[in-house]
Amino acid sequence: MNIGIDIGSRTIKVAVIDNGMLVEGKIEPSGFDPKTQAAGMLYGYPDANVVATGYGRHLARKHFAHEVITEIKAHAIGVLHYHPDCRTVIDVGGQDAKVILLDAQGRVDRFLMNDKCAAGTGRFMEIMAASLGYSLDEFGHVAASSDRTAPVNSMCTVFAESEVISLRNNGVPPEDIARAIHLTVVDRLVSMLDRLGWKEPIAFSGGVARNGFIRSTLGERLKTGILSVDQPDIIGALGAALHSFEKQKD
Amino acid sequence: MSSPAFEVKADHELWESLGMNVERFEKMRQMLGQAFAGAFLKQPNRPSKMAYFDDLMSNLHSGRVREILEQKKKGAPVVGTFCVFVPEELVIAAGGVCVGLCAGSQGSVPDAEKTLPRNICPMVKSAYGFKASAICPYFQSVDFVYGETTCDAKKKTWELLDRMVPTHVMEIPQMKRARDKALWLDEVKEFKTKIDSVAGKATGLEEVRSAVSVMNAKRRALQRLTALRAAIPSPISGKDALLVEQLSFIDEPVRFAKNLNALCDELDERVKKGEGVVSKDEPRIMISGTPMALPNWKVHNVVEAAGAVIVNEESCIGTRYFKDLIDESGSGMDDILEKLTDRYMKIDCSCFTPNNERVDQVLKEYDSSGAEGIIHYCLQFCHTYNIEAIKIKEACEARNIPFIAIESDYSPEDVGQIQTRVEAFLEQIREKR
Repeated sequence: MNIGIDIGSRTIKVAVIDNGMLVEGKIEPSGFDPKTQAAGMLYGYPDANVVATGYGRHLARKHFAHEVITEIKAHAIGVLHYHPDCRTVIDVGGQDAKVILLDAQGRVDRFLMNDKCAAGTGRFMEIMAASLGYSLDEFGHVAASSDRTAPVNSMCTVFAESEVISLRNNGVPPEDIARAIHLTVVDRLVSMLDRLGWKEPIAFSGGVARNGFIRSTLGERLKTGILSVDQPDIIGALGAALHSFEKQKD
Repeated sequence: MSSPAFEVKADHELWESLGMNVERFEKMRQMLGQAFAGAFLKQPNRPSKMAYFDDLMSNLHSGRVREILEQKKKGAPVVGTFCVFVPEELVIAAGGVCVGLCAGSQGSVPDAEKTLPRNICPMVKSAYGFKASAICPYFQSVDFVYGETTCDAKKKTWELLDRMVPTHVMEIPQMKRARDKALWLDEVKEFKTKIDSVAGKATGLEEVRSAVSVMNAKRRALQRLTALRAAIPSPISGKDALLVEQLSFIDEPVRFAKNLNALCDELDERVKKGEGVVSKDEPRIMISGTPMALPNWKVHNVVEAAGAVIVNEESCIGTRYFKDLIDESGSGMDDILEKLTDRYMKIDCSCFTPNNERVDQVLKEYDSSGAEGIIHYCLQFCHTYNIEAIKIKEACEARNIPFIAIESDYSPEDVGQIQTRVEAFLEQIREKR
């Protein structure tokens, strides 16, 4: 058994693999005590080799993980498992957005990551959805149902929220605002990808990849199909588990 | 057995005599001592001759300040600086002291933001805050501050700083044509007049000549340290080397060179025996970009905590300060001043346009340092370095050199992201071997 655990800013993901095949994937909120939460999720696998990734990776290394790798490497490995010829990985998680260029051998060639703020990340989407009264799952569907957009200029979570409030007070339909917010996130990803010098095929991973509207709009903007993965949230954890498996094979 | 706790020594009597905010500063010196002990003293295999620099650190806000004030009492002009364009030779020739002012701490940024815009360089804000709140003993000790026109934030802040401490501004040209050099030479001569007037005497040829040789010797010692870091494994951590470079702006130059050469002798022995601070298999990283004023150890802390070693700083705190020497063959005063100006014109600061020699210099230092990747470090809002990083990135891509750019200020809030990016960069380097 090999386990990958991705201790993110919002959720903890665990992927369990047996002989290289995914046998279990689970997600829990990180909560206030990620160490105890993570340890609880590993209960029942006392003999597994554990590789940790995500913001809590060093905490995990200190207490139970055998090795750490970064989210960048973990997502690359996880996506390559499903799409071995993939050259660009987009990962939008709870607290940051990353774009990763892979070389022909599947090694990380270069990457970009947002530095300070939560602009365009899962957390940004959560706050915007909440300010319009939608669940995160509804949010993408509502946006897709609109064919108009509203002016939302700010990518700053705080300022965008106040823009949303003033648009609502001006009677702009919430689905138009939802669409506008999605488009700003796509704009930001396109600009990061252009800066990276992205190559096809391109795959989308991380929790925000569950949002079908972002994925389809991004594909339209880039004029290419976006490869998707099953359970995009756990791709980082899966990558860590696969890393553990490969290491043990050596 | 525990070693005695390190502290940056207090000297309340001195601080009070300098009109400092003693209560505030007492807290700052305690925090600085803790930060230093945490970052430096637990490093494995430290060279024993680092003891001199640790001691200088502990005397940073007491003994060294008293030394400078002793000289001042005897008539020595004391000049506060922020920039490698300051012709230190002329200050030394006039019997004076050049000292790098406090500018590297988040602690004084809120003080500056009471007045200055928030969206400007953290180094400028930090410096201004140190003076505005009277929490830097060096700022309180200087006769005047030597400012330059290397960026907009600095040159406009000097106008405000001048209200609190006399600030002499030297115009640094933005291009390197013959007429720019003529302007620069005039500025150098005017600066000499200024420093002579503060010293109350006309500095003669022999004094300038001897000051040039003092500074050349100091720069040679720093060059020697950089050359020794190229050994695989590196005989000294990047953090310790950075500390030495930072303290080179504080210490008396002759004593500094002597102690640095003693450290280098020890490192020489280590290199001969193949001893290093980390295993030869750990990634070797070069830093390029903006200065890291004491106590800005942010990037070095993250990189070396991840197991890598920093082997070079292509930066104003590093090679940009000491890579060039002054030709000592000058015959008369005019000739010497011209040769001095020639040396300062070689500084490849991003304030120049074009500045292609910097790209060449980065690649040259990459090759000579045995680095395996370059981290471009840019202080937030430093437009010239930030834009120039594009050319450096392109040059690295052309040669397949691993490269990342980090833009950051002094606050700790982005350390998590920087850590992830640096660790991913190191993974990338290891995999490419």
